[in-house]
Amino acid sequence: MPAHDIVIVGGGGAGLRAAIAIAEAAPSLDVALVSKVYPMRSHTVAAEGGAAAVIRDNDSLDHHAVDTISGGDWLADQAAVEVFVQEAPAEMIRLEHWGCPWSREPDGRVAVRPFGGMKLERTWFAADKTGFHLLHTLFQTSLKYGNITPYDESFVTRLLVADGRCQGVATIELQTGHVDVIAGRAVILCTGGAGRVFPFTTNGAIKTGDGMAMAYRVGVPLKDMEFVQYHPTGLPGTGILITEASRGEGGILVNRDGYRYLQDYDLGTPLDVSDERHPVKKSMELGPRDRLSQAFVKEQQKGRTIPGPYGDVVHLDIRHLGQARIDKKLPFVRELATKYVNIDPVYEPIPVRPVLHYFMGGIDTDVEGATVLPGLYAAGECACVNINGANRLGSNSLTELLVFGARAGKAAAAFAREHPPPDLAQLDKQGVEEQHRLARRFIQKTGGHERIAGLRQEMRDAMESGAGIYRTEAGLQAACDALAALRERFADLQLDDRSLTFNTELTAALELDFMLDVAEAIAHSALARRESRGSHQREDHPERDDDAYLKHTLAFCNGAMPRIDYQEVSITRWPPAERVYGR
Amino acid sequence: MEKIALEVFRYRPEEEQTPTFQTYEVPLHKDWVILDALNYVKDELDGTLSFRHSCRMGVCGSCGMMVNGDAVLSCAAFLTDYRPGPIRVEPLANFPVLRDLVIEMNDFMAKLNRVMPWVVREQEKPVEEGEYLQTPEELMDYKPYAMCINCMLCYAACPVYGLEPEFIGPAAIALAQRYNLDNRDEGNAARMEILSTDEGVWQCTLVGECSTVCPKAVDPAGAIQRYKVASTTAWWKSKLLPWSR
Amino acid sequence: MSHYPRYRQFYPKLYRKRMPIFWWVHKRAHIHFIARELTSVFVALFAVELVLLVRALSEGPAAYAAFLDWLASPLALVLHALAFAMLIFHSVTWFNLAPKALVMRVGKTRVPAWAVAGANYAAWVVVSAVLAWIIL
Repeated sequence: MPAHDIVIVGGGGAGLRAAIAIAEAAPSLDVALVSKVYPMRSHTVAAEGGAAAVIRDNDSLDHHAVDTISGGDWLADQAAVEVFVQEAPAEMIRLEHWGCPWSREPDGRVAVRPFGGMKLERTWFAADKTGFHLLHTLFQTSLKYGNITPYDESFVTRLLVADGRCQGVATIELQTGHVDVIAGRAVILCTGGAGRVFPFTTNGAIKTGDGMAMAYRVGVPLKDMEFVQYHPTGLPGTGILITEASRGEGGILVNRDGYRYLQDYDLGTPLDVSDERHPVKKSMELGPRDRLSQAFVKEQQKGRTIPGPYGDVVHLDIRHLGQARIDKKLPFVRELATKYVNIDPVYEPIPVRPVLHYFMGGIDTDVEGATVLPGLYAAGECACVNINGANRLGSNSLTELLVFGARAGKAAAAFAREHPPPDLAQLDKQGVEEQHRLARRFIQKTGGHERIAGLRQEMRDAMESGAGIYRTEAGLQAACDALAALRERFADLQLDDRSLTFNTELTAALELDFMLDVAEAIAHSALARRESRGSHQREDHPERDDDAYLKHTLAFCNGAMPRIDYQEVSITRWPPAERVYGR
Repeated sequence: MEKIALEVFRYRPEEEQTPTFQTYEVPLHKDWVILDALNYVKDELDGTLSFRHSCRMGVCGSCGMMVNGDAVLSCAAFLTDYRPGPIRVEPLANFPVLRDLVIEMNDFMAKLNRVMPWVVREQEKPVEEGEYLQTPEELMDYKPYAMCINCMLCYAACPVYGLEPEFIGPAAIALAQRYNLDNRDEGNAARMEILSTDEGVWQCTLVGECSTVCPKAVDPAGAIQRYKVASTTAWWKSKLLPWSR
Repeated sequence: MSHYPRYRQFYPKLYRKRMPIFWWVHKRAHIHFIARELTSVFVALFAVELVLLVRALSEGPAAYAAFLDWLASPLALVLHALAFAMLIFHSVTWFNLAPKALVMRVGKTRVPAWAVAGANYAAWVVVSAVLAWIIL
């Protein structure tokens, strides 16, 4: 059994940033970086538009904080937001020093672009592959530290708790099927979101909420899970993301009549695209994602969207930017649209529809990334600090994983220094138990009637119909019931693959198991929140209700269905007010 | 619904010594890529088929395979382009096969590590002093080489790597050049110790297939040739002007 | 993080396929590559011939005349025609690759590939013309 000082689960942006933070702050500590893929495959790679941090003289930290807090419909913890905006610029500069190919001004300074819900240009970008460059820069930089040991393609199945603290993880080494324990004085979860619990998502196949479910199972609550973000512009069919930067650069959204329909939904009045003040910040196409996705649904109900083979779409038009600007600032958008929907955006508008993109909620942590379980930390999309409130602003998530990845790394390092080495005997016993559980329930399981793909699809359909952009009591209750039934049927799984070498049927089954937990937490949290706020829109409770619900939802694992509880929101300087865009 | 046949390479190391091919009939949707077809097989026909994949948008680099003998990203290769079939799907060439379409890539990972793909500096600039300046032109000097997604199609297409596995290979050398050409980096001399060896650029005989198959237009062949020129110039300089270092 | 596999305790049973000798016959690009490499043999042959010519010259007028006679024989003419074709192929493929190795800049813009290749061809023509002028 390998033992380290700190075990990081997940090799995406947050995990790598945490690893580097530890390597720099505490070179004597030894870090295990465990990933179910290779780090550079992590889904951070797919982020496109950019990362927000105040850098220009006309901007201020308070502006960034206010945008973030109002964008999140006042559910963000303001103390955490203040930490976030304060540490963001240094994190971005650090990344620049590590070699990130940020796009530049002619004089060599880093360039910034406008983004939805942001008052000023503050989004740093590397053309439209920011996540890709950020991930590869972090990964390549991590290679220079000798005290980070990679455990690639090691699938973590369980967190191991002994003496009331988290002391390691049980893993399956995918290439051999070998079940082992990786022990540590502290564990950091950086496993990303769970977009795959929905049928139509920008998220890659690996985003199945493993870390969220594992934390949940050892008693750590999942916070604000009802807040899931629909990105307004995904390609129909595949759900491939078309970045918000396309609107930041001046792209517009039009309905079947070529009409900029957002003006009908309290998002401002449109300026002509030739007007040099276009695009106006925090207005029209640069409104926040929740409001834009909701406007699409309303427009669809009016019958003004465009029917397509994969459901209704609207058009994202960037033709007026011209080929030169598109190729310079949005080359990936052009590549993706041309390849996957056979539309060259230089000449034709791109068909788009809202697509599930991001989880505001996640493992409940404080600003240091610490959970209620001693020794367990979390950062990135899998965690919920919460700085995003009820709706995240575009380009805050890459910054979040840097700021809180680094903070979680440092906090875990401090914890590891103050605590004794893991209790290997206890962990070994738990590892053997886990190995037996995996063998009994999956590898050696015979009989069964349910296919993984069938259950997975039913789960996704239940989530879409019950917990989509607009929700109702009845719809959510139906989703909760459907999920409970799926949980029972999961026990009757039929598996074909009995081998140990790279058994992807086994991992698909384990991922479905995790996703069912996450889905239940979402549906039950949404059912309990009888108000509308940000991305959580209840048709039966259309108003925001600060008296009853200006608080975070906590979902605790509790047998058959989650127990829901609440936590205060930290309000420092910005009392709740109306969200205003375009006025 | 029109169908198309996939002949998929199967290797189950716990059951068989040598690989076989298994044929699956899949629906020929016009917007399906090879990866969609493989997922259909896994979900509906045969749960034991193993392959790597994630983002399905050509940026994570997981799903490289040989399709009818060519190295491609299976998320970017459309079924209709292979009509009427059958389509032969195999693991990436030149790598040992772990199982089915999953290759073993420890060698590649180790090689990435060897070329020191990070900014090497004698003196780090303090964060408080802000960013390094880099003009858009300086950015473009190395940016094309920074587009590599580590999908390893270039290794699968490179006969030199197939014949001489110690060759550091196209992607790793291109990555070294990415940092060499970055005005923030000072690691050129250190990297030369690796790149100028027999395992480095001089193994390359310029077949050029690495650049042909690259899905991100990185042009590793160009990177290697440029490095040969740079390395030769440096050698002559060190011989003719030994005091210049 | 050093990416060397230090932790694997149970190595999987890998399947390794060896490259066959005739790996290059299946693809046009590979055949093209092998052809380019093989034509370099003729470049070497010309060099050998030049050495033989110099040796004949050093051995006196008789040897030199005999060598010239041999060069005028039908067999030698056929061989030279073949070699010339091979050299043209070799040179063209070589010059076409030149822009890959040579990245030049004028001011802020990169010299386009066609210009680099074109400059190579131009130099080739000039050198050939000078040689032709000296010899003919």
